Amino acid sequence: MKTDALIDSLSERATPVSTAAMTRTLLIGVGGGVIVSFVLMQLWLGIRPDLMPAMHTGMYWMKFFYTLLFAVAGFWTLERLSRPGASSRAQMIFEALPFALLAVFASTKLMMAPMESRMPMLMGSSHQVCPWRIIILSLPIFAGVFWSLRKAAPTRPVIAGAAAGLLAGAAGAFIYALHCDENAAAFVALWYTLGISAMGVLGALLGRFLLRW
Amino acid sequence: MSETETRLKALMLASLAGDAASYRALLAELTPHLRAFFKRRLANAADAEDLVQETLIAIHTKRATYDTTMPFTAWLHAVARYKLIDHFRRSKVRRTLPLEEADSIFADEDVESVSAKRDVEQLLAKLPESKRELVRSVKIDGLSTAEAAERTGLSESGVKVGVHRALKALSAMIGQKQ
Repeated sequence: MKTDALIDSLSERATPVSTAAMTRTLLIGVGGGVIVSFVLMQLWLGIRPDLMPAMHTGMYWMKFFYTLLFAVAGFWTLERLSRPGASSRAQMIFEALPFALLAVFASTKLMMAPMESRMPMLMGSSHQVCPWRIIILSLPIFAGVFWSLRKAAPTRPVIAGAAAGLLAGAAGAFIYALHCDENAAAFVALWYTLGISAMGVLGALLGRFLLRW
Repeated sequence: MSETETRLKALMLASLAGDAASYRALLAELTPHLRAFFKRRLANAADAEDLVQETLIAIHTKRATYDTTMPFTAWLHAVARYKLIDHFRRSKVRRTLPLEEADSIFADEDVESVSAKRDVEQLLAKLPESKRELVRSVKIDGLSTAEAAERTGLSESGVKVGVHRALKALSAMIGQKQ
């Protein structure tokens, strides 16, 4: 086709477009995935029976805020990465912040604990299943995020894929925290982060192929 | 903010609101820029034209990703650059140019205008500063004699004489060159 003819046909399709629609699409992708993932968690694992009393402990909120802040920072980063020419440096720094804070907190707690209780704090009672469950609960969110990201225009597909994976992982971990009854910051810093990071790696690998436009 | 940015951004905002005339004007104005951008970076003219079209389509389908608080030219450049990188990724190797096609590419109007602009700048650089400013204001920026007089602080006839002498000096330089 001639370029002039292309311009003619494109300009005939100048329908109004809201640039906030992009952010909305991302939100729908994440939100839809979160709903599916929550239902999956309910059917498969169930919310921990002692949720109400647990909410009076600081450790419950530590998990809650770690995964929530991680997911919010991930969403913010992804929103920038989905728009050509937008800078995402500040958002990426913000994304590293929850882990940095938790790592400092967890290592302080570990160092203050007596030697013999350090390993149990780090390993908990569910380290063999925790990262896997987070990965599985993240998958519906991952699918939702990738679906919406394919409508966007990420100019760095590998980095955008990694950010999408981290967002899905953090949101999946947020849902898993409703079931998980581990109480040590060190456990969360290690095993939660492992599951979330695995999703980041998966996103980077798939982003290369799925996020071309 | 540059004048181009201001104008293009206004067209883009009107296009996003659904104004077909602005949209057509925007795409028509972008096309020669995109063509020059891709031709400068690709040996094959047909590939460059394909990329111009692909970029125009991407501008259309991805226009919701433009953040209206950001410069439009930054968005446009990032889209064009992505299309270029994607092209290299797809074709794996940078294609080289068969020799018999070389003439047709160097004769192209976009390249011509770029090299003409460069020649003019080189010649202008040889003029004394005050004369250079006069030629730039009147002959390149398109100011009227009165506006140029105001800008430089000269009288109108002073501007006219200055431009005349500067052009004479420039044509003498071109003569020497040849």
